[in-house]
Amino acid sequence: MGEVRDRKLGEPVKSLEEKWKLVPAFLKTKGLVKQHIDSYNYFINVEIKSIVEANDKVLSDADPIFCLRYLNIKVGKPDVEEGFNMSKNVTPHECRLRDLTYSAPITVDIEYTRGNQKVIRNDLLIGRMPIMLRSSNCVLTGRSFSELAKMNECPHDPGGYFVVKGQEKVILIQEQMSRNRIIVEEDSKGNIQCQVTSSTQEKKSRTNVVVKNGKFYLRHNTLTDDIPVGIVFKAMGIVAEQEIFQMVGVEQTVVEKFLASVEECHRLNIFTPNQALSYIGSKTKQKKFGGGEKKTPVDEARDLLATTVLAHVPVEKFNFKVKVTYLALMIRRTIQAQINGKIIDDRDYYGNKRLELAGSLLSLMFEDLFKRFNWELKIIADKNIPKVKAAQFDIVKHMRQDLITNGLVNAISTGNWTIKRFKMERQGVTQVLSRLSYISALGMMTRVNSQFEKTRKVSGPRSLQPSQWGMMCPSDTPEGEACGLVKNLALMTHITTEVKEPAIAQLAYNAGVEDIALLGGEEISSPDTYLVFLNGNILGVIREYKRLLWVIRTMRRRGLINGFISIYPNHIHRCIYISSDGGRLCRPYIIVENGRPLVTQKHINQLIKGVRSFEDFLCEGLIEYLDVNEENDSYIAVSESNIEEKYTTHLEIEPFTLLGVCAGLVPYPHRNQSPRNTYQCAMGKQAMGTIGYNQRNRIDTLMYNIVYPQIPMVKTRTIELINFDKLPAGQNATIAVMSYSGYDIEDALILNKASIDRGYGRCLVYRNAKCTLKRYANRSFDRILGPLMDAATGKIIFKHDILDKDGICSPGEKVENRQVLVNKSMPSLTQNPVNNMESQPEYIEVPVQYKGPVPSYIERVMISSDSENSNLIKILLRQTRRPEIGDKFSSRHGQKGVTGLIVEQEDMPFNDSGICPDMIMNPHGFPSRMTVGKLLELLAGKAGVLDGKFHYGTAFGGSRVEEVCDELIKHGYNYQGKDYFYSGTTGESYLAYIYSGPVYYQKLKHMVQDKMHARSRGPRAVLTRQPTEGRSREGGLRLGEMERDCLIGYGASMLLLERLMISSDIFNIDVCNQCGLLAYSGWCHSCQSSAAVSSIEIPYACKLLFQELQSMNIVPRLTLKNYCD
Amino acid sequence: MAKSNFNIDRAKTHILMKEKSVANLLPSEDGLYLNEDGHWDFDKWREQFQIKIVKRNSLEMEFDLIGIQAAIVNAFRRILLSDVPSMAFEKVLIYNNTSIIQDEVLAHRLGLIPLKADARQFEYRQPDDENGTDVDTLKYKLKVKCSWNKNASPSAPLSEQQVNTNVYSSQIKWLPMGSQSNVYKPDDVNPIHHDILIAKMVPGQEMDIELHAIKGIGRDHAKFSPVATAFYRLLPEITLLRDVEDDLAYKLQKCFSPGVIGLQKTKSGNVKAYVSDARYDTCSRNVFRHEDLKDAVQLERVKHHFIFTIESVGALPPDVLFIEAVRTLKNDCLDLLQKMKNMKKSGKKKKNN
Repeated sequence: MGEVRDRKLGEPVKSLEEKWKLVPAFLKTKGLVKQHIDSYNYFINVEIKSIVEANDKVLSDADPIFCLRYLNIKVGKPDVEEGFNMSKNVTPHECRLRDLTYSAPITVDIEYTRGNQKVIRNDLLIGRMPIMLRSSNCVLTGRSFSELAKMNECPHDPGGYFVVKGQEKVILIQEQMSRNRIIVEEDSKGNIQCQVTSSTQEKKSRTNVVVKNGKFYLRHNTLTDDIPVGIVFKAMGIVAEQEIFQMVGVEQTVVEKFLASVEECHRLNIFTPNQALSYIGSKTKQKKFGGGEKKTPVDEARDLLATTVLAHVPVEKFNFKVKVTYLALMIRRTIQAQINGKIIDDRDYYGNKRLELAGSLLSLMFEDLFKRFNWELKIIADKNIPKVKAAQFDIVKHMRQDLITNGLVNAISTGNWTIKRFKMERQGVTQVLSRLSYISALGMMTRVNSQFEKTRKVSGPRSLQPSQWGMMCPSDTPEGEACGLVKNLALMTHITTEVKEPAIAQLAYNAGVEDIALLGGEEISSPDTYLVFLNGNILGVIREYKRLLWVIRTMRRRGLINGFISIYPNHIHRCIYISSDGGRLCRPYIIVENGRPLVTQKHINQLIKGVRSFEDFLCEGLIEYLDVNEENDSYIAVSESNIEEKYTTHLEIEPFTLLGVCAGLVPYPHRNQSPRNTYQCAMGKQAMGTIGYNQRNRIDTLMYNIVYPQIPMVKTRTIELINFDKLPAGQNATIAVMSYSGYDIEDALILNKASIDRGYGRCLVYRNAKCTLKRYANRSFDRILGPLMDAATGKIIFKHDILDKDGICSPGEKVENRQVLVNKSMPSLTQNPVNNMESQPEYIEVPVQYKGPVPSYIERVMISSDSENSNLIKILLRQTRRPEIGDKFSSRHGQKGVTGLIVEQEDMPFNDSGICPDMIMNPHGFPSRMTVGKLLELLAGKAGVLDGKFHYGTAFGGSRVEEVCDELIKHGYNYQGKDYFYSGTTGESYLAYIYSGPVYYQKLKHMVQDKMHARSRGPRAVLTRQPTEGRSREGGLRLGEMERDCLIGYGASMLLLERLMISSDIFNIDVCNQCGLLAYSGWCHSCQSSAAVSSIEIPYACKLLFQELQSMNIVPRLTLKNYCD
Repeated sequence: MAKSNFNIDRAKTHILMKEKSVANLLPSEDGLYLNEDGHWDFDKWREQFQIKIVKRNSLEMEFDLIGIQAAIVNAFRRILLSDVPSMAFEKVLIYNNTSIIQDEVLAHRLGLIPLKADARQFEYRQPDDENGTDVDTLKYKLKVKCSWNKNASPSAPLSEQQVNTNVYSSQIKWLPMGSQSNVYKPDDVNPIHHDILIAKMVPGQEMDIELHAIKGIGRDHAKFSPVATAFYRLLPEITLLRDVEDDLAYKLQKCFSPGVIGLQKTKSGNVKAYVSDARYDTCSRNVFRHEDLKDAVQLERVKHHFIFTIESVGALPPDVLFIEAVRTLKNDCLDLLQKMKNMKKSGKKKKNN
């Protein structure tokens, strides 16, 4: 405190040096994909237990004694079953290579009755759980670099994904509206309505309060009709009108608006709870399945109100007090919104959103499967117990593991999340982890998917919300239809997991909250109290709300309650909201008190020395996490100089953390036009480079690597934080900004041939070929034969030239088009058992062939076995490519371009020190794009090269232009970065100084070699006999409708005839001119004559149409005429 | 204040470097070494043309070509880069390579290793020739295996416990063909640098490679270029348009490369700047940053004074390379003349026929 007093009034706060060091400290404790891993850990260690606890009994209708009870559930360490009940520990990489699922056994302890005995069994396997990499149960967690290397795993790999059937799958983060919160909104007609989406473990329902003709109604999807709210009040036991009014509010304005709704009851002659309940009972939807005994409408309505309407508000012993209060509040909010439009909630406000992660999605799926598993056990028990058998009925023998195993594996591998009890059906929840580059993999882990329909043209959910500040990257979103719906997390965003409520509720009561159950109706609308909510449930009221805020915040800072509990007041609502639910976004802030940040230089120095960790900052209450709602209630200074003594509550750790992983690569992004950063975010994911230290051990379907990747000359802090400098994707090219030759228009680039010769832009493309040798039911099996000899010459035939004696290609060989990689053949009969064992089964050749116009080399051959124990052969093929005309490159500023020309070194311009640029970029790329960041990158890069150091282009910081210029001057270069150049062709000097220096260029995956395509003759489609479509099928280039229109307009009839028929699907048919039908071989089968048959040429598709019409009882008749007539 | 003396006459011999652009008013061929009737005069040119060698060692040479057109100088530069032949590995026969470097990448890396062999003593190899002969091919082998060093103590660092973890260019061994062993010593043909890292290996990995070096030119591939780079620049010339004294003089000195601006005491005791040697100025034009000095200097380039630098890769000394370049140009010219002559002849024949 002394320090604070020393400070004179108005003296500016000194800025903390190297405050950014907190960011790596944060990432060190949490990792880059902490959200996924935390959520999954919470699921397998905590939530799974509560799921089993909630469904812990299986009873049978057939035997009242029968009972199966789960005592405990555990998820083990990942292993693989290798047959004969053997299992061994497995690493993720082995799973990737062998197409296995990286999963661990789920074991339960149970207590059940066998006959009259009570039996306890421990560690019973009920299924297998796919394990998230780097989660608490993964073998990789807590391992050192060398240990990871031994397991063939990259130490920089973030984890957070699953390996299912050899594929890496990510469960994308799903964005949703927050549950159990009151949302007042305006519908399309301008009517105000109030909506609550309730969600509990068992039920999900949506309750609305709507206004029709000035009266309020309750709308719910289990009710056929809207119910006047007055009736609902009465049904819930509040009969007296006075009481109803007291709950909703006794202000003149409120009473006026609400009067009509209460009157409604009188008009319908409903005065007692029973009358109201039977009214509601008559409006309930009839259940389709008549499970259980029939209830009276009154009972049904009471049940409905207790459990389904506003399901999240607990009703114990039909005491509706809390629920009524809640309903009254909903009405009150609606009335207030009618009076004051500001109260209408913003659906797109990020505080109203929750993110669903792998853990919560898996828990939904697991609970569904576990319920089905138990239901199946019950059915089995019901069926088997009445049967008299020799052996006693033992339920353990009927526990099938594959239900849960397959359910989870299929859900993750297809991405179809179907949960029947919530009527949830979602596609595309999981995606294959894109391993194009390290950044693309990382970018995928931070991706947030929104539930909105992509086709809807709404701007609200797509636009950047101010409340996303610091939580979502403002730059990283795709262009086009998913724009703004797919988002990416910012660097320091954390997503909360659930914290148990009761303790917090108790704390709130102790801090002076008065329980709502003890209060009359009027208190909720009393002008001098605040309502207190905990996760959307009313806790009570409080007069001194500031004290409550202070208590909870102080407790949180002291570490006495969970750090992710948030509390904030809403003064318009006159409410205090406490949240502890999962899926809230939050990020750490430095706490500021009395205009002084609590974190001082001393702390930072300790952090740098390594005697202090990020956790210590949290524990000592110097830094705290704020969620979106609390963040918006705080006064946050971006830098120390912005601190205002009276107001400021928090200080930003580092402003660059508001960007995400992908946008963090851009140097000087704050100098660029904003869409350019967005473009770079999309392109950084297509850049070739390194994907991990284990890239040479992987056998992926497609992998792009660069031969000599480089660290960018201009780095950013983010680059270092995410280890992009260790796994880079690009090269520093010396560029000259000038025009050259005209082959550089439209963003095309000129490349220096000598640079390419020396290895610039060289890349490796890996592909794989795969085959399995299956065993079939009839005991036959696939086989591989050795290479075939040509009988005449005694040489191995060309197709088999690269095969080893075992029939599999050998590593190092060059494979040409159509050569065989594995000479596999399979038996022709696989279904029926082979009768006579003597005769050899017939085999069909099914070789694995290499396809592609450009040859490849065989890098490696792997022979192993997959999960079905059949032999698995994987072949890794490699191509080395040097850049060619048409290959795509891009700088880190959304400036992409294709190679327009490759120029000999002697033709390239050179400067006074003899430097030839590697690349020439046309200056027209700058004025309209306004990528000033690129200009600065060049300048800083040039200074860095001269001084032998890296410069920083960190967002909202980085090396300043003045420093960079001074450095250039120090080395005798022009401070503007412009040099005197000589033309390589004429030898004269140019009349302009050329802006030149190094810029980090990425080679993108789009290469001409993969796209080039031409066809003269080739394959045709079977049905129409027209040329096939698409490059992969060696298809023709379509002369489409619009092109056809042009030719018609021009009158080039012969060209049309040639393009559309002769070169396509010309066909000779015979036509009988008498009946107009098709004839065959000069003979009309319908007229039984050959008299009027003539032969014509028509497109085959036309002939096909005629025949198809005939098959539908429509007769097309042709009439032929002589052209000259 | 003195005014700039840059006018059309001076533009014949000088290029003015302004703050934001270059003023090269006349093409460099114009009005140079003409005789009375306005034609280019060889004798006149020869009289004044000079070559001054400024610096020369086995790898680098700097010399001045004074009084010559840019096109000719540029031709030498271009020829040096891409037409003077040198020897480099072209065929890499990989018998075994279990290191992590891919075969193609390894071959590429090997190709870029400069060799000491003198290309003048070899012929071009025929494109369809698989094995080569002793007049057009040099054969090498690289056979390295990485293994554990059994003699090393277990406590020694990992690098000492393993043998051949790093493969260097010195491990490439020359295999003389035919009579080559009589003509060359290994040092005449081996890689110039012994410490070029080719690959890194771990115990158990090995490579067994045969290499063929052939003669080629830089236009085919940069590895055949005999120079690291060859370039020229024009001689800078700095004129002080007015007296610059005291603080300004120091400031002025800082705007140029060291040694360009000298300072001397005047009689009045002030310090006055003068241009001592503009040759090694980097022409950064940073004077123009200062409003108070902007008008005091005139930066120019002497149009026909080329400072030529050749950085040899090391097979041949740079002076020999330059002579080779001149010879190449001469031969090309003779070749062209011969062809033109033949064309004339055949044209006449055609007419006669």
